[in-house]
Amino acid sequence: MSELYVILLLTLDATLRVATPLILCAMAGLFSERSGIIDIGLEGKMLAAAFVAAAVAAVTQSAWIALGAAILASCTLALIHGFACISQRGDQVVSGVAINILASGLTIVLGVAWFQRGGQTPPLPPEARFMPIELPGAKAAVGIPALGPFYEEVVSGHNLLVYLALALVPLTHWIVGRTRFGLRLRAVGENPQAVDTAGISVALLRYRAVLICGALSGIAGTYLSIAQNAAFSREMSAGQGYIALAAMIFGKWRPWPAFGACLLFGALDAVAIRIQGVKFEGLGEIPVQFIQALPYALTVILLAGFIGKAIAPKAIGVPYSKDRK
Amino acid sequence: MTTSANGLPRWADIGLLPLINVTLALGAAGLIVAAIGENPLNAIRIMVAGALGGPEGIGYTLYYATNFVFAGLAVAVAFHAGLFNIGGEGQAYIGGLGVGLAMLALDRHLPFAALFPLGLVLSMAFGAAWAFVPAYLQAHRGSHVVITTIMFNFLAAALMVYLLVNVFIAPGSMTPESRKFADAAALPMVHDLLAAIGITMPFTPLNLSLGVALLACVAVWGFLWHTPWGYEIRVVGQSEKAAVYAGIRPKRVIVAAMCLSGALAGLIGLNEIMGVHHRLFLNFVAGAGFTGIAVSLMGRNHPFGIVLAALLFGAIQQGGAELSFDVPNITREMVVVIQGLMILFSGALAYMARPLLEGLFALRGEARA
Repeated sequence: MSELYVILLLTLDATLRVATPLILCAMAGLFSERSGIIDIGLEGKMLAAAFVAAAVAAVTQSAWIALGAAILASCTLALIHGFACISQRGDQVVSGVAINILASGLTIVLGVAWFQRGGQTPPLPPEARFMPIELPGAKAAVGIPALGPFYEEVVSGHNLLVYLALALVPLTHWIVGRTRFGLRLRAVGENPQAVDTAGISVALLRYRAVLICGALSGIAGTYLSIAQNAAFSREMSAGQGYIALAAMIFGKWRPWPAFGACLLFGALDAVAIRIQGVKFEGLGEIPVQFIQALPYALTVILLAGFIGKAIAPKAIGVPYSKDRK
Repeated sequence: MTTSANGLPRWADIGLLPLINVTLALGAAGLIVAAIGENPLNAIRIMVAGALGGPEGIGYTLYYATNFVFAGLAVAVAFHAGLFNIGGEGQAYIGGLGVGLAMLALDRHLPFAALFPLGLVLSMAFGAAWAFVPAYLQAHRGSHVVITTIMFNFLAAALMVYLLVNVFIAPGSMTPESRKFADAAALPMVHDLLAAIGITMPFTPLNLSLGVALLACVAVWGFLWHTPWGYEIRVVGQSEKAAVYAGIRPKRVIVAAMCLSGALAGLIGLNEIMGVHHRLFLNFVAGAGFTGIAVSLMGRNHPFGIVLAALLFGAIQQGGAELSFDVPNITREMVVVIQGLMILFSGALAYMARPLLEGLFALRGEARA
């Protein structure tokens, strides 16, 4: 097996691991935004969920209870967002900013007060985490040329939440594109008046969308603190919620393209780590910051209309009221 | 008595309602303090004493408030044009870069009298330039300014890390910081100024930027409400269609308002780099750009309200620092929690208490009749 192929496999493997929280959050944001509710609070929900997952896992030593608690925490924030945006018709961006700032402060304040480790949670043993799963036949397949190592290195050996994230993409595609709920969800994001006229509650639909978003960002946070890592550390979401938001926009609010953008942004991250300090002929060293900034730059270029046109759901950001104004 | 459209007297709408929201936010913060086993009333006592109980606390409060005035004005100006600028953080960061570049290049060659206006202009110019691209894209290509300014915050952060690690790092230094500027590139500190007229005040980071902030408030007020350009901004913010009928070109107004907003945010860089630290380093904005959102919301996008809100947030920032000193179980980040709650209650949930108030005032009206 050539060295280049090994590097490729390792990079793909890393890409998948880095992209998982992005995929979960991008799908989360997709549900919310397709229903017409802007969600820049993905970052905050993911961070809060990461903290709660690690804290609960440390206390109960159960990854599953931790997952449940994290989803609950994230859904609570999602409900606050929903209450502000749907019931109170508040500004959706302001509400999202509030949730991000609140989560950023609260995770540290509670973490320090409860665990006295400067904002860290206690390290978790393997039993309290989601550990890598070896898929059947992975060891045996190594001998098969090309495909075998690919199966063993890239496909197998991830934790459950990675596979969950991957399964979520076709599921989201199906729910949003093929089910009655999905049709209504899209309709309420484009033309809520029409949905209301048809006798369907706009508020109820949007609350459901926001809750799905909460649950999925809860899983994303759980992945960060008890699957990818073995504890919570302060600000551990490190802007990934915003990258996921960018990926969702980059994917033009559609599941498969958004998934592609998550993989692209994940790959950039994996490559950035790999080429750190490597000198290229004619180019010299490529600054890591340059590659880290690429997802943001690409999203701006896309939004500027230079890579196709990103058209947001028509009613996005507009609070719905029954009165005609 | 004048009443606003919703049936509330004006004083209740601009005075009572915000007060109720602040109380709700502080109440929620109190619950969190209680949840971690500390006494909320004791916490408030320590915060008030720390922020206002002496010249040192007041100095720090005013220093933080300086940043918040700039950030709040930045958000407000964009808001009057109907735009949400959450890129204040990045614009302030790049504004500081502008100041730093000038000082590193010229601090040994020019006197303070030349360096001060240079820093002032460059902080604003760099901040405005960082807002220009999102502004242009919003005006001409319809790219949503909220998303692009978020992206530009991250781009600014990446750029600054690159520049500090690779370009500006002081020779022989391990931390990504530039060299210290010469004394000519430092804004006068308020305690030094007071000492010159015989008043002793302990060292605080409060500096001449406070004066700049107050001038900026007056200038923004005059600009928005007493010039044709300010009028155009407000018309565009109310209705782009109406603006077009009035012969206003919304695209130009949008770009101008965002650049002015970026320029105001850039002044945070003046306070931090020329005023306090006298060198370039990482993350000197420290969230002030985001706090500006809360300040502007609470100040109802008016310079006078912004000054009051900035003082409140400055006091919370300084009081929170004291609180974390006195009560080890409560960290500095409690301040961030309070800010988040303030944005939630006085921004997203701003009108939650309104139906209740309207009901109360209606009852009072009936009782009188």
